[in-house]
Amino acid sequence: MSAVAPDDRRAYRAAVERRRARRGFAIAAASTVVVVGGLTALAVSSPGWDSVRDTFFDREAFTTAFPDVLQGFWLDVKLFVLVEIAVLILGLVVALARTTKAPALFPVRAMLVVYVDVFRGVPVILVVYLVGFGIPALELSGLPSDPLVLGAIGLALSYTAYVAEVYRAGIDSVHPSQRQAGLAVGLTGAQTLRFVVLPQAVRRVLAPLLNDFISLQKDVALVAILGPQEAFRVAQISASSTFNYTPLLAAALLYLAVTIPLARVLDHMQKRSRSR
Amino acid sequence: MSAPVVEVRGVTKAFGDVPVLRGIDLVVREHEAVALIGASGSGKSTLLRCIDLLEPIDDGDVLLDGEVVTDPSVDPVAVRRRLALVFQAFNLFPHLSVIDNVALAPVRAQRLGREAARARAAELLARFGLAGREDERPDNLSGGQQQRVAIARALATRPRALLLDEITSALDPELVGEVLEVVRDLKAQGTTMLLATHEMAFARDVADEVCFLHEGRILERGAPSAVLEAPERPETQRFLRRLLEAR
Repeated sequence: MSAVAPDDRRAYRAAVERRRARRGFAIAAASTVVVVGGLTALAVSSPGWDSVRDTFFDREAFTTAFPDVLQGFWLDVKLFVLVEIAVLILGLVVALARTTKAPALFPVRAMLVVYVDVFRGVPVILVVYLVGFGIPALELSGLPSDPLVLGAIGLALSYTAYVAEVYRAGIDSVHPSQRQAGLAVGLTGAQTLRFVVLPQAVRRVLAPLLNDFISLQKDVALVAILGPQEAFRVAQISASSTFNYTPLLAAALLYLAVTIPLARVLDHMQKRSRSR
Repeated sequence: MSAPVVEVRGVTKAFGDVPVLRGIDLVVREHEAVALIGASGSGKSTLLRCIDLLEPIDDGDVLLDGEVVTDPSVDPVAVRRRLALVFQAFNLFPHLSVIDNVALAPVRAQRLGREAARARAAELLARFGLAGREDERPDNLSGGQQQRVAIARALATRPRALLLDEITSALDPELVGEVLEVVRDLKAQGTTMLLATHEMAFARDVADEVCFLHEGRILERGAPSAVLEAPERPETQRFLRRLLEAR
């Protein structure tokens, strides 16, 4: 038996704990300096560093191009918000149509299986390209011809396929006993889906949905191949006229300014759903 | 004499090639409580789920207040609204508060106004000793409390009969009593009940009739004192002896 008083013992344990934490912090800091410093030294000492610095990190080129790139970026943001809303709604509709068992919907279900397989399997850039140049080529009146609208449709087609699968996984993850309980209290099948299954399903897939948000936020830049002057396109034009790539760096920073906060929100949500 | 509340006539049911119910006949009259006893897998739960039309039956009929409800032309939703089933594992809705669990069916299925439904729900919860817990999530309650919420949820639609599927089997032993107490009260108030149970002392207290199910058939039935204390069939004797030895 030790003769140490309980209060002293607690203080002693806390002190050890603090010492351990300080040591961990010191090691982390030292290792960061070594790794980051090493990589920086490697880049800076490379034979081409001087020309890279001039073409990618030019302060003057940055300040000249930034306002234009920022303006282009607003187009990205608007496009992102509109496409995201469409995708969230359409994805849910596709997922619901695939989970219902109504015989009348069989052809719809079969078509949706093909749709999801095809659009998840084709690179997004190809879908945007094919929609952007294929639909106007049909020369049908009434179809949109604005490249921005076509780009949005291409993105929505691709992302709806992904998001529908996310919803479907959520619906499948709700235990069948919940459906049974909904039916047992006298709800119809549709009411059970609406008030019992879907609220639980959506809550479970919030994190993966947000993950697709982040992807979409970046892939919006793909509409550049159809011509609209969004951030990447503006930066590219500026870069090719001045032979300086710094505007592209400006565009990259703008994308990061949106995707990194989204990623932190995602982390937070995942942590919260784990602790529940 | 009016028709029984629940009547089961020659019901059979198989899952694939495995017969689960092999011709069940059963009558539950108004204000009566009928207890189903028998080993796990004897068909008690399946029978209750078939009566609530959560499982289709293969043959036979289920009647509710004298009306055949297993006819394909009958709307199962309307039938389920007249019955209530309480599950062994509670199956509360985890995303809804306690009071919304109880009020959901009155609001959505019975089109009762939201305020009226919540008032009725609060009244039921208070009756089962859950006043003050209305806004909590089911996960924050003990098993016994959750099962009492489930009973309140079942009663919220004022069903003709209550089907109880081994409602204490998922509970810790010290929580069984509070749930059985609720059922005893309901029986005293004349609630019509069909209950599957492993609690023989409880069956003796509340049941007007006890049915012993064995391999999908009712082998023996009668007053609790007869079936539980002086069983005639060797299968019943063996089942009751095993229960006694397990204690």
